[in-house]
Amino acid sequence: MSARDHLARGAPMLRVENLSKHFGGIRAVDDVTFEVNEGEILGIIGPNGCGKSTLFNCILGQLQPTDGRVTLGGEEITGLFPADLNRRGVSRTFQLLQVFPNLTVRENLILAGQEHVGSMMSRLFGPRDAGLGTAAEKMIGFFNLGHLADSKAGGLSYGQQKLLDAAMAFMAGPRLVLLDEPAGGVNLTMLASLKERLRAINREQGATFVVIEHNMDFVMSLCDRVIVMAEGKVLATGTPDEIRADPAVIEAYLGH
Amino acid sequence: MDQLLQLVLAGLATGSIYALAAIGFTLVWQTSQTINFAQGEFVMLPAILVLAAVKFLHLPLPAAVLLATGAFLLLFGFGFKKFLVDPMLRHGVLPLAIATMALSILMKEGAKDGFSAEAQQFPSLVPDGAVNLFGATLSLRDIAIFIVAVVAIVLLQLFVTRTRTGRMMQATAQNPDVAKILGIPTEQMILLTFLINAGLAVLASFLISPIYLAKFSNGEVIGTAAFIAAIVGGFNQVRGALLGGFIVGLVDNLAAAYVSSAYRAAVPLALLVLVILFKPEGLLGRKEERTV
Amino acid sequence: MTPPSPLSRLDLNLLVLLLGAAILWFVPAGMKSYGIYVISFWLVMSIAAMGLNLTLGYAGLKSLAQAAFLGIGAYTTALMTAKGGIAGPVWSWPLAFLASGALTFLAGILLGFPALRVKFHYLAFVTLAFATLMFLIFRNEQWLTGGVYGFPNIPRPTLFGVKLLNDLAFFRFLLVVTLALSVAMWWLLRSPWGRAFMALRENPLRAASLGVNLRSYTLLAFAIGAGYGGFAGALYAPMVEFIDPAPFAISASFVLLLTVVVGGQGYFLGPFLGAAFSYVLPEMLRVTGGYYLLVYAALVLALLLVSPQGLLGLVEKLRERRRVKAAQAMRDASKVMLEARP
Repeated sequence: MSARDHLARGAPMLRVENLSKHFGGIRAVDDVTFEVNEGEILGIIGPNGCGKSTLFNCILGQLQPTDGRVTLGGEEITGLFPADLNRRGVSRTFQLLQVFPNLTVRENLILAGQEHVGSMMSRLFGPRDAGLGTAAEKMIGFFNLGHLADSKAGGLSYGQQKLLDAAMAFMAGPRLVLLDEPAGGVNLTMLASLKERLRAINREQGATFVVIEHNMDFVMSLCDRVIVMAEGKVLATGTPDEIRADPAVIEAYLGH
Repeated sequence: MDQLLQLVLAGLATGSIYALAAIGFTLVWQTSQTINFAQGEFVMLPAILVLAAVKFLHLPLPAAVLLATGAFLLLFGFGFKKFLVDPMLRHGVLPLAIATMALSILMKEGAKDGFSAEAQQFPSLVPDGAVNLFGATLSLRDIAIFIVAVVAIVLLQLFVTRTRTGRMMQATAQNPDVAKILGIPTEQMILLTFLINAGLAVLASFLISPIYLAKFSNGEVIGTAAFIAAIVGGFNQVRGALLGGFIVGLVDNLAAAYVSSAYRAAVPLALLVLVILFKPEGLLGRKEERTV
Repeated sequence: MTPPSPLSRLDLNLLVLLLGAAILWFVPAGMKSYGIYVISFWLVMSIAAMGLNLTLGYAGLKSLAQAAFLGIGAYTTALMTAKGGIAGPVWSWPLAFLASGALTFLAGILLGFPALRVKFHYLAFVTLAFATLMFLIFRNEQWLTGGVYGFPNIPRPTLFGVKLLNDLAFFRFLLVVTLALSVAMWWLLRSPWGRAFMALRENPLRAASLGVNLRSYTLLAFAIGAGYGGFAGALYAPMVEFIDPAPFAISASFVLLLTVVVGGQGYFLGPFLGAAFSYVLPEMLRVTGGYYLLVYAALVLALLLVSPQGLLGLVEKLRERRRVKAAQAMRDASKVMLEARP
């Protein structure tokens, strides 16, 4: 079953309604509305400063939106703190490297899942790996990090850390994953592997993805649907093919 | 009423000394993220150095003052930056802060073992008299301390805002990266803040020691007061440190009179905790946008 | 090959701990009571430092109040065991020990709350304020603590019907308790909690995005660290049999912080090494007369300049350098071999 079939059948997982964020007089995000269906991979693109990072931060509780609503599976999540969001099944990766450098790859992965199983007490008196040993092992294999499982994450190459960062986002079996420039700074060989892994895990876990990315080829070949933002507003929405042919998008990217 | 007036004046006098220490503290914090846990010892030591120069080198007092000032600026202005702050800062703010803790013990023990464990008289420039004002008896020394400290702070403020060097220093303090791009010799400017810090400490030392006597353990009280003043006023502001200094000095003196003397030391700390909990950016500080 | 992570090193650390305890059981047999006192003192301060190492070294929260927790534990134990004790000679000390831990744990939670609101240097000052307040209480509330005149006649615990008056017997008792507390800390650090504490230090923002409850873990790191201070106090009081406020002053909290840093913060065995440096070394330096604190401070400064990660950090750095050098030598050797080929 391809991701396109999901698109036809899936119910909306994430709804963003009339979301705005103003900094003083600047409307970084201006009345943005869109939906992401269950299992869908949605890409958000746009020139620098178009507001996509601010939009991300508002959805993720890093910034309080000035106006508007965000719902997850019908439940309002506007302005919730990152940890609360995470416990409701929202997971993310970061633009800049955000792994725990002094923990090993395996420990990073177990940490990423441990707060979602058992209680505080079972986390103290229960098994050391919180019962996630097998899951971590599987994730390590899935992202081809086997030979590095017991190395400190801080000693990994940039691309490897990016893979680990992505793998961590999937440890808790999230409903929604927001990926902030997953391809940034990753070399070409690693990029192909990253894209293929993300597609595979999307099929396997059935999670919904929202991806911010500058790398056009990466977005167009990964995503089911793409939103183009400019000056804080949604400029166009459509399949990658529709977006490529949209005159407004061509104008926004090439016109100036 | 006249007792209150005396207390307020005494509070402003000690407060202005705390302000000197607190301003130095914020300056080195701004330019090089140094939380100097030895700041109190910086104020303790110059007076001890003067007395040591008189005692061991048999110098006349003015020569001793000059020598002590020069030695202190060299050691704890230049040397402190060059040999402690620069090498430690590469490893982060915390290791540096902890190193200054060790330095504070070193300075305190050095003063005790190298000079004296007893409190020593320190000569005052102003005679120990009093004037009557609105029916209150006001100490001449308190008035003199207040005036000298405030004049010094005003001069510093004029230097920072009115001279080219001062403005370059301010730019460095506010944003070293941008300052560097603008072609400001940031290294020299940072060194200048350390020298100013040492200079303010020397002045504070000479002002406070005639009242409290020169003793190796003086730094504990002064250091704590300077931290509190800096935080209460707003960590990134010279104006804030000034205001904080006066507030701590006043609270300190009023608490000594109206609260049990046993818990006097706890009152400014209570003030500190309240400010940290309810206005952590300090009274004059700017609030920063939430990032988490 | 990268160096092992602090958590994966823990199993080896336990081995060192057990071996060390076995050796220490026999070491002081022939010693005079002063020697036994010095190593007893070392163990007690190691426990206090171990607590602070959790708060500072693993969870990255700066506390300047550890000596105050030591004091709370010591005075609680003194009050509960002196003059016959609250529950007779057998049960008074165990009860006091638990009460000391519980009380400081609660105090740690209270003190942890500001940690949730403010970070960085502010937290150090909040704990500094608390430590000052506690010191004033120890000094001023004479009816309770004896004030500057001190609290005399604190009895030694009684074990299996035998009062541990003999210094060697008390030392061995202390050793067993230290081992038990160390193993408990070891368990804690290798559990998922230990991982969460480290995450808190390394990157709180990322930790929160992974569902780590910053509030709970911050409070726990503070409270457990404080609790170890209380336990150490409960052992300190019967060891010296007389307490006054001096060892619980601000400067004592500073020295405890230096102890953790000197040993190597975030290293499981760091507190033991640090406490040896801070509390055993000065005893040896007593031959230098009154200058030992001066020498101690100078040594700490010198060490920090060379290795801000403390003694164990220095060891790791040297080992790392040797490994790099060995790898370089191997590369050079293979290069020579390649070049030697026609």
